Amino acid sequence: MLGYIARRLVTMVFTLLALSVVVFVVIQLPPGDFVTSYIASLSAAGESVDQETIIALRERYKLDSPVLVQYAAWLGDLLRGEFGYSFEMQRPVGEIFSQRIGISLAVELTAVVVMWAISIPIGIYSAVNQYSIGDYVATILGFLGLAIPNFLFALILMYVCYNWFGVTITGLFSAEYMNARWSLDRFLDFASHVWAPILVISTAGAAQLVRVLRANLLDELNKPYVLTARAKGLARRKVIWRYPVRVAMNPLVSTIGWVLPTVISSSFVTAIVLNLPTLSPILLRALLSQDMYLAGALILFMGLLTLVGTLISDLLLAWIDPRIRLGMVGAN
Amino acid sequence: MSIIPPADSPDTRLEAPSGDIDPRIDGNAGTESQWQLIRRRFSKHRLAMISLVILALFGFVALFAGFISPNDPGDVKARYTFAPPQGLHFIDRTEEGWSFRPYVYGYDVEIDPVALRRTFVIDEEKKIYLTFFKRSWEYKLFGLIPTDLHLIGPEKTRDPLYIFGADRLGRDMFSRVAYGTQISLSVGLVGVIMSLVLGVIIGGAAGYFGGWFDAATQRVIEFLRSLPTIPLWMGLAAAMPSGWSPLQTYFAITLILSFLGWTELARVVRGRFLALNGEDYVAAARYDGCSHGRVIVRHMVPAFTSHIITAASLAVPGMILAETALSFLGLGLQAPVISWGVLLQEAQNIRTLATAPWLLVPGAAIVIAVLAMNFVGDGLRDAADPYAN
Repeated sequence: MLGYIARRLVTMVFTLLALSVVVFVVIQLPPGDFVTSYIASLSAAGESVDQETIIALRERYKLDSPVLVQYAAWLGDLLRGEFGYSFEMQRPVGEIFSQRIGISLAVELTAVVVMWAISIPIGIYSAVNQYSIGDYVATILGFLGLAIPNFLFALILMYVCYNWFGVTITGLFSAEYMNARWSLDRFLDFASHVWAPILVISTAGAAQLVRVLRANLLDELNKPYVLTARAKGLARRKVIWRYPVRVAMNPLVSTIGWVLPTVISSSFVTAIVLNLPTLSPILLRALLSQDMYLAGALILFMGLLTLVGTLISDLLLAWIDPRIRLGMVGAN
Repeated sequence: MSIIPPADSPDTRLEAPSGDIDPRIDGNAGTESQWQLIRRRFSKHRLAMISLVILALFGFVALFAGFISPNDPGDVKARYTFAPPQGLHFIDRTEEGWSFRPYVYGYDVEIDPVALRRTFVIDEEKKIYLTFFKRSWEYKLFGLIPTDLHLIGPEKTRDPLYIFGADRLGRDMFSRVAYGTQISLSVGLVGVIMSLVLGVIIGGAAGYFGGWFDAATQRVIEFLRSLPTIPLWMGLAAAMPSGWSPLQTYFAITLILSFLGWTELARVVRGRFLALNGEDYVAAARYDGCSHGRVIVRHMVPAFTSHIITAASLAVPGMILAETALSFLGLGLQAPVISWGVLLQEAQNIRTLATAPWLLVPGAAIVIAVLAMNFVGDGLRDAADPYAN
């Protein structure tokens, strides 16, 4: 097991390095380096920039050195926890991060939990009661969940709440709790807002999970061991829960790997539509104003989150399934 | 591959009036090509058939967007800001009796003296009759043939016709959605074709030659699939120079989408190649001295074309959803271009949405198109291998 964890960690470090190269390329893509565009935007706003600042900035990011040196300097800064400076927001990137990361993670993790909590019972139900009315309803809802883009679902939800119930569901806090310290009242206020984004983010993923679980479980239910167990007189409910469900869950655990990229992608769009104080609107603003250092750090961070998620899912899978732990299938 | 005659062929041979015709000798009886079998199996999937009709309809709208649109999609009419949708009526009931004559009701505009807000009331006294094959504004059919013929239009060209309502600038939503179909569907198709080319070449080479190239591509694919796509797409899209022409942005966006979209197709192609590499007939071809190219094109590709088509058709809706999300956030196609995502950008604000919920119509178009594509893809997947039970 330890060897397996070590192997996975090494792969993850390499993947992260590859991701950092991609992100660095993205940072470098806009024409002209960012100090030039920063100066251009400042002088367009009628402000003057003194020469010393420019030289200091160019020196700081090694803009006059070859690309590889620039990359090394950028990576070194990242490793030391210095994420650069956001010119658009006039604040260090690290500060913006620490302010919003808690909320981001809270929303995303809750969405993952809710997604699983919804999809596992529905998946089991529709496999066990195949072709029942409930199964058809679940299938239709599942198809809809896959076909409705997150932002559209958020828009419709916003419209329905506003028009029929007179409630605006944007944001995560009411005005009076926006900058307050955490307390029970603030938490209750948070809970009364957070259901909408969670609902939107979890549906798309839940639709896929239900399909996967239903298909897996249907395969298992038709296997002879289920028939044997039934023939020997074990109650139907007991058989289903004790054997096929547990086997059908295995592939589901391995889906955490792609569930997380999906959740992060969809929470990105949802957060923008619903105007949540998470990292996503900051990334959008940074991208729109080509504030590439901030954007790059954010993309890298979102990538890191998914990689950690994949790692956790692989470890969970190895823990559940000894075939993987012992290197029999899929270990490398 | 030999075709096995149907199990009941001896009986049918006995009962057949001509008696001595063996179905194995007669070229038509009991022998169907692989594609005929696929078509037969697909046509049994009822939902997929209905969806195919819907998609054909979407395709027609995309090809003949100008012909279908009663109004110029870019035509700004301040008078009709946020005009609500008019219901289409087909049967006209007058004193003389019933007749088939499509019409819509006109608007009465009331201006609130305090807020200066316009409210539209459908005026049932004013009937605006519509004529088929109406000549009004000019456009180019297929971007080539200049014409001014439209499927439908009000008898008096000045009368308003807003089947899906009007937007913030009084532009006709119906015409805009029709034009958006053109762009949004083509982004999906072009993007999938690009990722298909990438996926077939890379996946094919990996599966056929194996070895280090296969291992390397596997790592690259795993890497790309582990990334959150939307933020990365955004990053690439944001790096586009803002001065690019609409056509350049269009191709850049499709390129970005296929840059991350080829992995699934490459995976399918590689898997198929690996499976076929072990087949006896492929080995036989190789021992006969066929070149790599001939083994691939003549012997292997025909065996999995249907699987590639299936994978590609299942990839189209993802592309369309991605383009829509990018454009909606303002990082994809930009305003003078009309796509479903660009149209939905107008619906971002909750107050606008409350005044004009019909701005969500492009969303309905997206959902219907994506649903239909998923069903057709599912049908194709079930039909792709007609020899499996």
